[in-house]
Order: sequence, then C-alpha cells, then structure tokens
Amino acid sequence: MSGAERYGKRLSLRGLKDALFTNLCLVATLAGIALLAILLYSVFRDGSQRLSWEFLSSYPSRFPERSGIKSALFGSLWVVVLTGLIAVPTGIAAAIYLEEFQRRRNWLTELIQVNISNLAGVPSIVYGLLGLAVFVRWMALDRSVISGALTMSLLILPMLITVSQEALKAVPDSYREGSLALGATQWQTIYRQVLPAALPGILTGVILSLSRALGETAPLILIGAVSFVRFVPESLSSSFTVLPIQIFNWTSQPQKGFQEAAAAGIIVLLVVLLSLNAAAIILRQKASRHH
Amino acid sequence: MKIRTGFLVLAALMAIGCGGPKEEAGGGAASGGSEAGSLQGAVSIDGSSTVFPITQALAEEFMNENRGVNVTVAESGTGGGFKKFGRGEIDITGASRPIEPSEEELCKKNGVEYLEIPIAFDGLTVVVNPKNTWAESLTVAELKKIWEPASKVNNWSQVRAGFPNKPLKLYGPGTDSGTFDYFCEAINGGKGKSRSDYTASEDDNVLVQGVAGDEGALGYFGIAYFMENKDKIRAVKIDGGEGPVEPSPETIRSGKYQPLSRPLFLYVNAKSLDKPQVKAFLEYCMDHAETLVGQVGYVALPAEAYGIGKKIVAERRTGSRFLGETAKGMKIEDVLAREK
Repeated sequence: MSGAERYGKRLSLRGLKDALFTNLCLVATLAGIALLAILLYSVFRDGSQRLSWEFLSSYPSRFPERSGIKSALFGSLWVVVLTGLIAVPTGIAAAIYLEEFQRRRNWLTELIQVNISNLAGVPSIVYGLLGLAVFVRWMALDRSVISGALTMSLLILPMLITVSQEALKAVPDSYREGSLALGATQWQTIYRQVLPAALPGILTGVILSLSRALGETAPLILIGAVSFVRFVPESLSSSFTVLPIQIFNWTSQPQKGFQEAAAAGIIVLLVVLLSLNAAAIILRQKASRHH
Repeated sequence: MKIRTGFLVLAALMAIGCGGPKEEAGGGAASGGSEAGSLQGAVSIDGSSTVFPITQALAEEFMNENRGVNVTVAESGTGGGFKKFGRGEIDITGASRPIEPSEEELCKKNGVEYLEIPIAFDGLTVVVNPKNTWAESLTVAELKKIWEPASKVNNWSQVRAGFPNKPLKLYGPGTDSGTFDYFCEAINGGKGKSRSDYTASEDDNVLVQGVAGDEGALGYFGIAYFMENKDKIRAVKIDGGEGPVEPSPETIRSGKYQPLSRPLFLYVNAKSLDKPQVKAFLEYCMDHAETLVGQVGYVALPAEAYGIGKKIVAERRTGSRFLGETAKGMKIEDVLAREK
C-alpha cells in the first residue's frame, strides 16, 4: 500500500467520523427541541380553547368551566416584582463590592465567594424551610406575599451575584484606569463606566433568575402559598397563590375540565416567561448598542 | 446616559408590574365594601386534600355572599394541616381521620383548644380496568392477601381460585396520604401496614390513568375520583362479611359499605370563633354542606348531623370524641351518637 492510498483511506475515515459527529450533535439538539414541541403541542391542544379573557379575569372555582387564573397570575406578578425589587439591588451591590471594592482577595471575600457558590447548589426546598423558620415564624410575617418574595430572593441571590460578578469581570481594566486617570472617583468610575459596560450581562442574569423565581413551586408550598384564593393580593401581608401551584392543584382534581384549565394555565405561565425573556433581550440589545 | 435609560426602563417595568395588581386590589376592595356582606377579614383553611373539594366549594359559595371575607384553602394533607393547626397558625383544618394523640399534644403545648365537626362521609373505592370481567367483587380477606406487607401475590389466579392467569398490577396512594393510612388500618389491620412494591402516587389522577390503561390493574382511592371517571374504570364490590356491596352514596350513607367508609372532619381553633367571619363561615357550612358535599362527589351526612355541628359551634364544645381512633367501620349513626 502506497502512502497516497493509505492517506486516502485515512482521509475518508476522518470524513466519516466528522459527519458522524456532526449528525450526533444535530440529533442532540433536535431531541431537546422535539420534546419541547411535543409538550407545546399537547398543552395547546388541551388548553387553547379554554384561553379567553374570561379565563384570565376570573377566580378559581370548583366548577372547571368557571375557573380562572386571575388570583394566581396576580400572585405570581406580585412575588416576581417584589423579588426583583429585593434581590436585584442587593445582588448587584454584592457583586460590585466583591468585584470592584475588594479586588484584592482576602480571607473574608474568599469565604463569601465559596459560600455563594455553595448556596447556588442548595435545593430550593431547603430555602423554603429557611423561609418558613425565619420569615414566617421568627419574623412573624405569616404566610404572606412578602414572606414568599423574601424566600425567593434568597433563592435567586447566589445566581444573581455570580452572573453579575462575571459580567463585571468581563469589563476591561482599561475602562477603569482611564476613568480614574481623568480624576473620577471610584464610585463615578463604577456608575458611569463599569456598570453600563456590564449591564447586558447583568440583565441576562436578572432575567434568568427572575424566570426561575416565576417557575419555582416547592419553597412557596412550604412557606404556605395556598391552593384556593379568590382575591388578588392587596398588601404585602396578603395571602397568595402563584401560577405553578394553581396549575398543580388543577391537575390533581378529578374533573376533566380542570385538566384543560391546567393546560391553559401552563400557556399563561409560558407567555409570562417568554415576555420576561423578550424584555431582557430588548433591554440587552439596547444596552449593548449604546456601548 | 445609556445606563440611566437602562435603569429607567427597568424601573418603569417594575412600576407597571407593581401598579397593576394594586389598582386591581383597590377596585376589588371597594366593590367588596359596597356589596351586601358587612363581614370583613380572613378565614384560613388547610389540611387534607380529600376534604379540599368540600371546603373549596363551601368557601366559594360563602365568598359569593360575603364579598368582604377572604377565605383561603390550602392542602397540606391531614398530618401537615394538623402541624399548622397545632401551632395556632390557621383557623380550620380538614382531616380524613380523627386527630392523633401526638397532634393533640401539640395543640395543648401551644394552648390551642379545638372543636371537632364531622362534615361528610367518604368511601374508599377499589377499582379495576373495565376489561376485567372476573373480579366482580372481592372480600376483605382477598384484599388483605393482595395488600399485606409480605404479600407476593402478582397474578389474579393467586387471589381466588377461578380467576384467570393474568398479571396483577397494583396502584395506590403514597404513604403521606390519609387514604393510605385508612386503607392499611381497615384492610391490613395496622398503621402503615402495606406492601410497598406498587405504583404509588399522591395524585389520584395518575392512579386513574394507570388503572385505565392496564387490563390486570387494581387500585384504590376516594370515591370522588371514581365518580368522575366511571367511563374509564370500574368499581369492585366489597364483601365485608355480609355479601358484596357496591360503593355508592346510598350504601355509604346507610352504612352497608364496610369497612371502607370513613368520616371526614373539620377541626376548628376555638379562639378563631371570636372572629365573626369564622363563626359565620362555620354556620354557613352547617347550613349548606348537605347540598354542596354531594355536588363534589362525597356523601353528605343527614341533616341532623349538621344540626349537631351547629350546636358544637354555638356551645364552643371543645375536644375530640375520636382521639387516636381510626373510626374504622364506623357508621354515620355511630359518629352522630358520639358527637351528640
């Protein structure tokens, strides 16, 4: 066998491997999308005819055809907005402190850093237990919207801080040095130069974590979000329910009509999630274009 | 500059999100005040998921008449409900079995006195696939042979001579369920006594789907789930010693369907009776339970029972008459006699 023959053989084998790998990756990609498509198809088939303004604007009922999602939708919005108001400033401030003010690592920041990464891996139900003990019982906030939002804030803070830190790290040092050289204070540097540059990354983190807060159920069940509520929250101390809990409750009812209501509820949840994500993408593009 | 717009948009979004519900709530409160009910405040209910459809229906109807009152119903299970109830965190808890000594202990520790009010009867229903033509009825002994902890029965032919050679697949509620507790006591004669190699789910719809799709399946759950799925599954008559009896509202009410009939209770924190809205809600329950309980698939007690319930509320009669019992095989009259 001449060298050229051998080379030709190897070459075709390499080509084959290449094609094989490409197709494997394609199958892996399609598997996820196909599953999503099946889920969407079955949800829309069951739930689309239940979707109406009436469904959005009426309260749950024991009659499936009269049931609506209003209290759960508003409950979810309350929890997510409050969680955002609490967690976003806290998370960004923590990330700024760790990345900008404590750039030289010491044992304290090291300790905080390790703990944040560990907390990100703690199962959500544990945050529920923590929320129940600290907010509901010890601080006597009861089974209210604010207890839920505080618990959710704890849940998403580690993720928020880590993502914001990464975004801040990605800002080149020349920005800071240039700003400081022109006589800006450190705060001015952060506010005017570093934060705007890091904003797209931070926003991605904010939206991802708020989406998580929107879909999370386990901790809220523990701290006492209830299944049957026929009013929207009126204050921070109101009882509440959220979309995933309402959907879960409907799927466990015997009447078939509730399965359709659950499917319609899933569509509502998906729409809220997608609009959150869309808002993030628009904001991110705006922020990065300006830069 | 850029950053400010970014933050502004973010802030605006939050403000919109925040403003929406508040406005809505304001409107709701105003309309609530203007309408008939002068009652205000909240009633919090938790407890058994079996009792949930009943309390939900009562709460819904009550709120239609009293717009100012917010009744919330959660479902943490009978045991979970008693945990919150014993700490004085909720007004009312639903229970699919009487209170247990450890739960009474918790109430005492926290100074919680309680009222015990029977609200309905439920019949655990044993179901099979409609294609199953052989198992018309089963005796308690046969059920025990199938479900007892050491049971190795995995074929219908092992259950009774003459049954066909078909694999037997079991479906039942998980161990957190009051239904599971009750079935263990009534059939296997002991707390938590059951074989564990069966398909378990806390969601009864999963059990319905399982039995509906499997010719050799056998499962059990509360009668409400059978009533709503009669086209997919078939109920087995139960022979408790006096011939096979079909589970139905009539046989449960008359006490013929034994030993799988069970009373359902409401437990009320005596302190909560000082709140006018809680008291009004309980009175409403006693007046309307008879019609509403049947609508949600359970068996209503006779009118007399709700009269007794009313008296219990009026007299603030505290304590349990079934403490630590399973109320197994108890007929409606027995329950009434005790509560009188």
